[in-house]
Amino acid sequence: MLRQLLRRVTLVDIFMWIIGLLLIAMVVYGSARTLASGKYAPTEWLNLTVTGIALGGIYALIALGYTLVYGILRMINFAHSEVFMSGPFTAYFLADALDKAGYFDRSPILSLLLVMVLSMAVATTVAVLLERIAYRPLRTAPRLVPLITAIGASFFLQYTFRGLFGSGVKGYPETDWFKRKWCLPGTQACISTTQILVIVAAVLMMVALYAFVQWTKIGKAMRAVSEDKETAALMGIDVDRVIATTFAVGGALAGVAGVLYALMFRQVQFFMGFVPGIKAFTAAVLGGIGNIPGAMLGGLFLGIFEALGPNLFLDGLGIPAPYQLKDAIAYTMLVLILIFRPTGILGERLARKKA
Amino acid sequence: MKTRFDGKAALRAGAIAGVTALLICLVGMVAAFGKRNLIGGGVRISVGHTLLFLNMVLAGYLAVRRAQHKEPIFHLLAGGLAGLISSAMVAALVLIDLPEKVNLRAVLINASPELYALLTFGQPALSGLGLLVVCGTLIALITAGVLILPPRFRRAVSLGITVLLLVGLLQDLLKVMFTGWGALGELFTWLFELGGGLSLVGAIAVFVIAGGLNLLFSYYGGGTRERVRAWVASQPPAGRMAIRFGSIGLLAVVLFFVPFVVGTYPSEVLNTVGLFALMGLGLNVVVGFAGLLDLGYVAFFAIGAYTMGVLTSPEISPLAHPLTFWEALPFSLLAALLSGVILGIPVLNTRGDYLAIVTLGFGEIVRLIFLSDWLRPYVGGAQGIQLIAPAKIGNLLLTQPRELYYLILVSCLIVVFVSNRLKNSRLGRAWMAVREDEDVAQAMGIELVSTKLLAFATGATFAGLSGAIFATKLGSIYPHSFQLLYSIYVLCLLIVGGMGNVPGVLVGSLLLIGLPELLREFAEYRMLVYGVALVIMMLTRPEGFLPDRRVRREVRAEVEENSA
Amino acid sequence: MSRKRIALLIGLLAVVVTVTAGQCGAPKAKFQCTDPLGCVDIKPGEPVHIAYMMVVTGPDESLGLDTKYGVEIAIDDKKEILGHPILLTGEDTGCNAEGGQAAAQKIAADPTIVAIVGTNCSSEARPAAPIISQAGMVMVSPSNTAPDLTDPAKHQPGYLRTAHNDKVQGAAMAKFAWEYLKVKRAATIHDGSLYADQLQQVFAEEFKKLGGTITAQEAVDPKDTDMRPVLTRIAATQPELIYYPIFIAAGGFITSQAREIPGLENVYLASADGTFSPDFVKAAGEAALGMFHSSPDFGAFGAGYKDFLQKYETKYGRKPLAPFHAHAYDAAMMIFTAIEKVAVQDPDGTLHIGRQALRDALFATKDFKGLTGNLTCTPTGDCADPKIAVYQMMNTDPAKWNPGSCDECNPKKIWP
Repeated sequence: MLRQLLRRVTLVDIFMWIIGLLLIAMVVYGSARTLASGKYAPTEWLNLTVTGIALGGIYALIALGYTLVYGILRMINFAHSEVFMSGPFTAYFLADALDKAGYFDRSPILSLLLVMVLSMAVATTVAVLLERIAYRPLRTAPRLVPLITAIGASFFLQYTFRGLFGSGVKGYPETDWFKRKWCLPGTQACISTTQILVIVAAVLMMVALYAFVQWTKIGKAMRAVSEDKETAALMGIDVDRVIATTFAVGGALAGVAGVLYALMFRQVQFFMGFVPGIKAFTAAVLGGIGNIPGAMLGGLFLGIFEALGPNLFLDGLGIPAPYQLKDAIAYTMLVLILIFRPTGILGERLARKKA
Repeated sequence: MKTRFDGKAALRAGAIAGVTALLICLVGMVAAFGKRNLIGGGVRISVGHTLLFLNMVLAGYLAVRRAQHKEPIFHLLAGGLAGLISSAMVAALVLIDLPEKVNLRAVLINASPELYALLTFGQPALSGLGLLVVCGTLIALITAGVLILPPRFRRAVSLGITVLLLVGLLQDLLKVMFTGWGALGELFTWLFELGGGLSLVGAIAVFVIAGGLNLLFSYYGGGTRERVRAWVASQPPAGRMAIRFGSIGLLAVVLFFVPFVVGTYPSEVLNTVGLFALMGLGLNVVVGFAGLLDLGYVAFFAIGAYTMGVLTSPEISPLAHPLTFWEALPFSLLAALLSGVILGIPVLNTRGDYLAIVTLGFGEIVRLIFLSDWLRPYVGGAQGIQLIAPAKIGNLLLTQPRELYYLILVSCLIVVFVSNRLKNSRLGRAWMAVREDEDVAQAMGIELVSTKLLAFATGATFAGLSGAIFATKLGSIYPHSFQLLYSIYVLCLLIVGGMGNVPGVLVGSLLLIGLPELLREFAEYRMLVYGVALVIMMLTRPEGFLPDRRVRREVRAEVEENSA
Repeated sequence: MSRKRIALLIGLLAVVVTVTAGQCGAPKAKFQCTDPLGCVDIKPGEPVHIAYMMVVTGPDESLGLDTKYGVEIAIDDKKEILGHPILLTGEDTGCNAEGGQAAAQKIAADPTIVAIVGTNCSSEARPAAPIISQAGMVMVSPSNTAPDLTDPAKHQPGYLRTAHNDKVQGAAMAKFAWEYLKVKRAATIHDGSLYADQLQQVFAEEFKKLGGTITAQEAVDPKDTDMRPVLTRIAATQPELIYYPIFIAAGGFITSQAREIPGLENVYLASADGTFSPDFVKAAGEAALGMFHSSPDFGAFGAGYKDFLQKYETKYGRKPLAPFHAHAYDAAMMIFTAIEKVAVQDPDGTLHIGRQALRDALFATKDFKGLTGNLTCTPTGDCADPKIAVYQMMNTDPAKWNPGSCDECNPKKIWP
């Protein structure tokens, strides 16, 4: 038994385990030293975690768009980050007008809903048009072809929106209601209304999506198409419609995520989609691409790591300006996880299908 | 074939073209190029107007293509209708914004008075718009008319117009090139007007010559390629060999003299193309041959460049005497090769998109580490590395584009040669087997670990070579030059050129790197056009320009299988 | 049918040939060029060709577009030079070294170009300046601030700039913090760009020389959005002032999030001219109230600046995007003035511009009344009138952006 095991363990495996263990050792050592130094109070860690969760919620919402499309078409919709940008960038003008008319201060929730509806409408339209014009004709092409199309579409959308609305930074209105803080009594551990809003909305959207995919008729059709397009078509499912719906749902989620992002960070501009897009895609892969709970998990994981990682791991190692390396940490974590679980945290089902 | 008039198709064609026309206006392209002349002198036609009216050409084209009319008159009618609709849509934009109360510009930043002045040809609003609509309709009508000509003439006319547009757009470059030719270049001065733009005579001449040559060829030159091929095949083996080496020799001579003919700037463009082609050839090994999707390829390029920088720059080098380019080059290649293996090991078990994202992460990690304050004393941080040694042969410093050209050319030739030999080697076949099906390949006795690692290592070395030359060419490097976007560019040129095929990579880099580089003056809209071009290219020719025979068969087979 | 067409074709060709022949043989100008770097000859009706090398596409484009607009307004104002229209063409540089090199090579290959306004980023200028200098041309940068570009050991003969050297601005802020705010502990943040990194280094050195302590030198990425972790880190070192000379987006995030961090509620926030614009107020929101910016002293700006802003807004439908539009305007105007000084005009209107003469004229610029002050060029090409002032934000309504030293001005000049 043991001998058999030994024979199966190759040099490469050993090397990988060494890399993995080394990384883990570094993380543990760094964290231990940071915590031992007592540089940061526990409430600071708590605050950072809350920030991380809020950020992760936004990543998760965008990641759902990637994962939905991937689950059905097996394609990376690179232009999804631009779908995410299009919503809040367009809705800014509504938000600004509402703010100038004073509605944002008087009824923040209603105004926010209006802005969100517009953002969702725009993002959905862009996503559906994208599918109709750029992806549908390529349904049967080899996998890399739609990827390149998506990259092209991404450039096109970015620079079209820049051309239409200009390249400057635009700031969303802010009201006291959004900025109010709720603190744990007697401590400095606080959470702002925006953060609560972001987290609640993210969780709600994810639950709703899960229910949609699990229990509605079109959701079932989506799952059927994701299993096998041809058989689904033979069973009388309109594949084109299902795919268009998938894009629409992904777009709507991105529209919501966009407004939440704008609430949290206040700035919108034409380039804002790129980085969250890459991060969300990473989150989707981290959780196991094509898997809805996986996307949520991946997003939260990434958000928290970004918020905590630099201060926790690198501070103790004595590295200057560690925050600069936060993406490096996030990606190292990704590599680490994929070393031990090559198909992401929850991504088993797809592995068998040769992702 | 319909016998009745299909108005709906014409309406749709008009609407589509109208939307694209509005988009072009509102992103600011029309206004931005309104001052640039395509044709100068008395009959001034600006590039902006040309862009606008290209949409009416599109309207005419779509109207004819969408509706399969039998009667030519219906075609003309459909074209005219589509043109009318699309230009009316543009005119409507101006009309909406005309009253004082409406201010589109608060939202749409490019709905400027400048644009409206262009759209109305500087006339009072209503008469100007009338002119716009009439012109648009006429242009669509003419397009439809050209399209129903016999194919031979249609091709000649469209080629003539395409060449005319190209010459008009690249006029600055051509002018510079001609001045480099001395007295010979004087011959071409009549082509251009003083204030910019082609002269009317020049424009007509370009159109007539390009179209006419095409027409003549279609009459007398049909089947030339087949005849040549047949002639070559009819030669005895020794003769065929001679022809082969002769053509290679001829190509070498042509490549050797290119920089003298085209001048400095195009040589610079060729150098950039060469560097990307080197990377493309490397990525071709990884993605094209072995099927391992790598999105962080720029990391190896960066490692090659940084190794060169650290070893040769006196400002930062840890060595007492910084190395020269040639001494440092092997280290650059070695560093890239090793990093290829180091990346390769952890990702051996990951496949497909998981692999893509891990490699993407690797690329970002490398860039961030070079940028970080942490390693600033060793690699310069945000300040980058300056004073990197230029390459030197004997006493000749290779700093000018025309000199560097030969360094890059030789590197490209070596890498092309190695790629070609690898492709048909045992290893190359093993890569292709892994690409087709990893599990089956392993079952057939292919050692997966070494095969994959060799692919990563080979690809990384090529990129390292490219990076080393890049560093010495620039003289200074910064972490910002190694963005994720570059990995994506390389992947794009690979797929647009035709994956798995060495000439395809060269064509891809010429198209995707060379053309945008030549169009640098269209700066602001470069990425927009680039994006559209990528999409259109993929929609119309998914297998790339020059695909590998095997890959093309696979693409075709897959399409048929999937659509069956 | 086909034969007729061919006949027509031949006929057309014949016409072309005759017309060409007619155009040949125009009389040559009698001007003899004695300039060591050669001359640019501009025939009557031909434009004076100026080029820009700027980053006009991509994430850093607001910097480049802003300066390009500045040049365009200068051309609108100038209209023509000695009866010749002005042609502006340009190349995108992408804010990276290879973009700068490619753009410079392209410009260097075009002999009709008289002078260049550019580049934007210092990383572009390092490879571009030698190429432009070797081609005998001259470039005036509106926004390069890296000290080494005009360092006597590294200066290229065809390079000048109207932007102020980082050494001046970083030191000014350090002095302000020490003398006016009387802070003893400061932290810095840069964004990995050459400009910000350089500025914070200068600031840190000067501040230490004055006797202060630098508690932390942190870095972020320009695309980062969540700055709380880095701010928490800084808060742990208890600084009295945070200096982050970065750009609008990231600067906005730092400003708006700093106040949320326990321990940073009362810290002074200070930034530099990269964020000195109404767009920054939009981005940072109410949190920007009370923060400090070092920037060229608008009080010392020429009277034309108000007019200029007006023109900018009408032409482009927006307020300035970045702080260097006026520097670009000055750079262009300086070039035009120098051309007018050295150009030799033939009776028929042909202009001859000696390249070395143009360079000499530019380096000899003295007391040039520009928008950014009175420009005087040093032998190594530093032409800026480096009057740096510190402004405080009194109001966070971007529409009320009106920097100056008056009572209702916002931001208000408070030092020196």
